Amino acid sequence: MVGKTLYDKLWDDHLVKQRDDGSALIYIDRHLLHEVTSPQAFEGLRLANRKPWRIDANVATPDHNVPTTDRDKGIDGIVDPVSRTQVETLDSNCDEFGILEFKIKDQRQGIVHVIGPEQGVTLPGMSVVCGDSHTSTHGAFGCLAHGIGTSEVEHVLATQCLVQKKMKNMLVKVNGNLGKGVTGKDVVLAIIGKIGTAGGTGYAIEFGGDAIRGLSMEGRMTICNMAIEGGARIGMVAVDDTTIEYVKGRPFSPKGETWDKAVEYWRTLHSDSNAVFDKVVELDGSAIQPQVSWGTSPEMVTGVAGSVPDPAKEADPIKREGIERALKYMGLAANQKITDIQLDRVFIGSCTNSRIEDLREAAAVVKGRKVAASLKQAMVVPGSGLVKAQAEQEGLDKIFIEAGLEWRDPGCSMCLAMNADKLGQGEHCASTSNRNFEGRQGFGGRTHLVSPAMAAAAAIKGHFVDVRELMN
Amino acid sequence: MRAFTQHQGIVAPMDRSNVDTDMIIPKQFLKSIKRTGFGPNLFDELRYMDEGQPDQDSSKRPLNPDFVLNQARYKNASVLLARRNFGCGSSREHAPWALDDFGFRVIIAPSFADIFYNNCFKNGLLPIVLDEDVVDKLFQESEANEGYQLTVDLTAQTVITPSGESFSFEVDDFRRHCLLNGLDDIGVTLENAEAITAYEDARRKTAPWLFNAGN
Repeated sequence: MVGKTLYDKLWDDHLVKQRDDGSALIYIDRHLLHEVTSPQAFEGLRLANRKPWRIDANVATPDHNVPTTDRDKGIDGIVDPVSRTQVETLDSNCDEFGILEFKIKDQRQGIVHVIGPEQGVTLPGMSVVCGDSHTSTHGAFGCLAHGIGTSEVEHVLATQCLVQKKMKNMLVKVNGNLGKGVTGKDVVLAIIGKIGTAGGTGYAIEFGGDAIRGLSMEGRMTICNMAIEGGARIGMVAVDDTTIEYVKGRPFSPKGETWDKAVEYWRTLHSDSNAVFDKVVELDGSAIQPQVSWGTSPEMVTGVAGSVPDPAKEADPIKREGIERALKYMGLAANQKITDIQLDRVFIGSCTNSRIEDLREAAAVVKGRKVAASLKQAMVVPGSGLVKAQAEQEGLDKIFIEAGLEWRDPGCSMCLAMNADKLGQGEHCASTSNRNFEGRQGFGGRTHLVSPAMAAAAAIKGHFVDVRELMN
Repeated sequence: MRAFTQHQGIVAPMDRSNVDTDMIIPKQFLKSIKRTGFGPNLFDELRYMDEGQPDQDSSKRPLNPDFVLNQARYKNASVLLARRNFGCGSSREHAPWALDDFGFRVIIAPSFADIFYNNCFKNGLLPIVLDEDVVDKLFQESEANEGYQLTVDLTAQTVITPSGESFSFEVDDFRRHCLLNGLDDIGVTLENAEAITAYEDARRKTAPWLFNAGN
């Protein structure tokens, strides 16, 4: 008998009903909500006179619009009245329906994809959805996790289910061991560079291989987080000791006998040895270099020792035009060395890279050094109030501040610039976020995606540099 | 939801690949708590010369003359012709809301990003995948002929050109059914309330830890 993939197992365990037309009803264990994609869903419920199906499956927090300064002022600290209304609307919707929300002044508030795992509201084997494409992050725990639109947010609130069609299975296997200074972020950027931004469209990706197994949960979350930038709504890693160790003792994790029973089940959450994937992609982990994106799509990436490509050498006319357009927007020349790109700002944060390990890696690089005088700003935005507290307990805040980086309050911040943190027109930013689209970090802003260690090194030098030169 | 059966309309060709949802509707407009009113800010950064703000009257803003939707011949377009991987990136449903609010009913491309593709069907918009060479041909024809229109028939699953050439397209049966009938899919799912409850009862026994958090 052919074995099952991890995705097959998760799918089967959440199948409420298979319909004749190929669609299926899939049960949702955990629904995470934030202020941007939920107001219209709650309004839809009210208009149809519907109630949430299962209140305790929902957990909410404001993250996209929150300011990263003056947090003690709470909602009054939000200067933009439109942003403020959106956060107030989330509060009133959660209050009205009795949904657990970590509000703006709660220390447990943070980026939704950081606080889910941190609180143990994300548990292995769960189906997890949120009106945010980076919900794939939770797949790091062997979860069936993906982003949804607002209509589906309403659908999950009202029915605790989604109508889905099963995706195809893809295995991305990263063999060997990663070199020094190479992180989960570099691995996922290298993967996207290889498969392309639409390479995973229609697939659920499982990340495997020794290099993935060797990563911490933070590293795995970074990789699954960016599955969507490779086109896959779902990115997953099988459960192992690292997963279970991370989950143990979290506020919402099971305890006692239930814990033992859960662990027994979680141990089954891996692909069978004889499982068949529709597509397999392999990478040599030991060959991956620290990555830097040069263009306006996450697939436009290269090693730090590399150069900006020459569109004249691209045979595919659509790709060639894409490169030409990207170089124009980014203000870069063909064949320009990556290390020659001068920076204006550095942003360390986002649901991709704002967890404690990310901050430790960045702090280790900047410790005892100073941010380059040529930079306008370098900022560190922790992923949650608890990450911030942990970092402060370890003294990381002081290391950042002494080096000349700003130490901010938690939120999505400059990853998408819905709050006050944004790039000016034409400014280049070394960013640990996930998208380098035109205008993503601010109108006319130019984003380069890198790891926290690479962003920290760039902050010190004022331009990109191989972080390994600053290590030891 | 508004039903979709057949549509005939002017084609606007947008010749660029990997159009992301940040490009379709930039983040500052996501602060709205409504589903409507996004049309004037569709493709805002490509369409205008300045940076747009929510609640601003966009009719007085300087237009980018090079952008396709600013050309008079595409003013009343309702069929958007696009390139590979249209709608990639963020899951924001504001993207289909903005396309719909502008007046688009159909988007044709060689491929779409999964979440965007799905979001379209929830809003009565029809995304159609056609082979790249067919899309190339439609680009050429629509650019060469002012007032070029396509007829889209969801029942027959065909796209028909002014010369009568017909191309068939695939669409999932359940999505087609919902769109043809304008069904509220929450209502359809709730017809299975008993099955959902039965599933929950069984899971409570085998995996109780899934039901004790959150509140």
